[in-house]
Amino acid sequence: MSGGTGESRIPAAFESEPAFVPYLAAGDPTFEASLAYVEALERAGADVIELGLPFSEPIAEGPTIQQAVVRSLDGGMTVERYFEFVAALDVDVPLVCMTYYNLIYQYGDEEGPEPFVERAAAEGIDGFVVPDLPAEEAGPLRAACDAHGRDLVSIVAPTTRDDRLQRLVDLSSGYLYVQARLGVTGARASVSDRTTESLARVAETGTDLPRAVGFGISSFEQARDVIAAGADGAIVGSALVDIVAEGHAEDRPPEETAAELEALGRELKEGALAAAEPEASQAD
Amino acid sequence: MSEQQQRRDGKFGDYGGQYVPEALMPAIEELTDAYERYVLGNEDGFMDEFRRRIRDFGGRPTPMGRADQLSERYGTEVYLKREDLLHGGAHKLNNALGQCLLAKYMGKERIVAETGAGQHGTATAMAAAHLDMPCEIYMGRRDINRQRPNVFRMRINGAEVTPVEVGRGTLKEAINETMRDWATTVETTHYIIGSIVGPHPFPSMVRDFHRPISAETKRQSREAFGRLPDAVVACAGGGSNTMGIFSEFVDPRDSDPEGVDDVDLYAVEAGGSTLDVDEERGVAPNSASLSTGTEGVLHGARTKVLQDTDGQIMESHSVSSGLDYAGVGPELANLVEEGRVDAVNVDDDAALAAFHRLSQTEGIIPALETAHAVAYLEQHDDPSELGEYVVINVSGRGDKDLAAAMEETAGRDLPNAPEMDVFDGEGLR
Repeated sequence: MSGGTGESRIPAAFESEPAFVPYLAAGDPTFEASLAYVEALERAGADVIELGLPFSEPIAEGPTIQQAVVRSLDGGMTVERYFEFVAALDVDVPLVCMTYYNLIYQYGDEEGPEPFVERAAAEGIDGFVVPDLPAEEAGPLRAACDAHGRDLVSIVAPTTRDDRLQRLVDLSSGYLYVQARLGVTGARASVSDRTTESLARVAETGTDLPRAVGFGISSFEQARDVIAAGADGAIVGSALVDIVAEGHAEDRPPEETAAELEALGRELKEGALAAAEPEASQAD
Repeated sequence: MSEQQQRRDGKFGDYGGQYVPEALMPAIEELTDAYERYVLGNEDGFMDEFRRRIRDFGGRPTPMGRADQLSERYGTEVYLKREDLLHGGAHKLNNALGQCLLAKYMGKERIVAETGAGQHGTATAMAAAHLDMPCEIYMGRRDINRQRPNVFRMRINGAEVTPVEVGRGTLKEAINETMRDWATTVETTHYIIGSIVGPHPFPSMVRDFHRPISAETKRQSREAFGRLPDAVVACAGGGSNTMGIFSEFVDPRDSDPEGVDDVDLYAVEAGGSTLDVDEERGVAPNSASLSTGTEGVLHGARTKVLQDTDGQIMESHSVSSGLDYAGVGPELANLVEEGRVDAVNVDDDAALAAFHRLSQTEGIIPALETAHAVAYLEQHDDPSELGEYVVINVSGRGDKDLAAAMEETAGRDLPNAPEMDVFDGEGLR
């Protein structure tokens, strides 16, 4: 990793073209295989990578990512191993640590989130997404991110309206994670109408923050459709984790799984780019 | 902490708060508003209807009576607050009925709830049937196997019961899964959380629905022995029966607050098989989060939790599935930290012995949860030091626990357990 000092590299990642933002749980199913999987996604064209630090109570996750969390924890993942994982990664895209607040809060000798953010920044993490941390409780983590030049990405839900939305926009940096539909993470067949509504509401706030849509995106068409609907990026988790799960269940060589991840990653990146071309966006 | 402040941000000292996904926050705000208007403000006569229904449907007030043989055994006047006599066999109906009614006032169409021992699930199923609301209960697979009679009761009352297969299949996993359901259905569904845990306003609201336990205890104490008790003892898992019977002694809202500060409050946790933890395996063979836990964030609140040094939540254990939880209500955590409540614990063996003792000496078969509170007097070197008058909250009856109690008793050397071998065989479970 190149990380350590300086500012977050996230804002630059959304500048030139629609972004592909994959998620994987670090250490799923093993430390070494998982390194190869994340690196495969960078080759596929990932612009930002969300790297899950598994927590024992993943209340925002559907079955696919719950099982990834179990595999990773069973494979010996700890907070310390996670930082070693980030340090060992040979990728050159911004990394976002996605985890739950208790792990951030517990780290280090001092109370509060700062020791975690400081260490994460030193290992090369650019920002954070914390699904169980609404604006009401995010003050201390925001301050720690500011102190270390990191981004805090807020999740905007389909139920988020008006003053809450403005508060999240004001709180966020890097990008906004626009949740495509209600529920938990998991691959779905089609992009919800609510995605379009949510994106329109965010646009009305006049924010400059890039908007990346996640929850349910699994194909070229969906990646294309969310970008066409006004998103600046497509976040994909469960569809990729499914490949890792299947490779693990079928006992496939990690290179084979990495190749499959890279293939789906390319498809998704191409989908995101396709929407930027006039004919593709008119197709809908 | 002023009540006003507590209402606004749901903090109890450093504990409490609202650590939940953004998707749920609008519903939490809506619920907070409904709690303040209907429960605290009695808007549209909500609390009047709640009091009427918990009387006519629930059977409040529950009695409080002297335990003659325990009083003699412990050299102090022991009184039992009989929440086991509330409809459904546990204090849980207070909260389930209150929240179910609130959901109706809020215009919600569906109820979801988690359950551990099945007591909250059965109370919710009854309340939902009574108020004509569809309801779905999430229950861990292991708990389903431990508490089959309650599963049958929920089904018979018309509730869907959905097994939770992940993890160890106990309360913690059931709460996770119910939160996931709620995150999907939040616009039409209310989540009736079963204890004083979770994000604000749940801890305050659940406590307030259980507050009648405490108000009645004060009144009945004055009637029975002319003053407030010296000590109140209640078991604590999440802590709803605990805060139910403590609340008027901590934060009096009835007309007669005099002397409440002099009442000692004991929260008896499940010591399980030992208080030691197995950090390597992530297992705490107990559920004593007040006694041995550390500050952390679990299920929407900052509180005392059983966790490893990273902050991963440990698997808890107790012979009583209703106490088998790695966290505890934030208000209770704060009261222990402030020194207002003493956190103590008794182990599985002591709880089982107390289960048999109360059954034999007073004719009351207690829930295994409740047995922990009763066991504290036995464990105490000199129970008379607790004071002249001691009230124990009999939070629930033990019918649901018969199979588990017999099975656990069979593997132990309990001098006061009845001989059951002759009845062994297929019929017992």
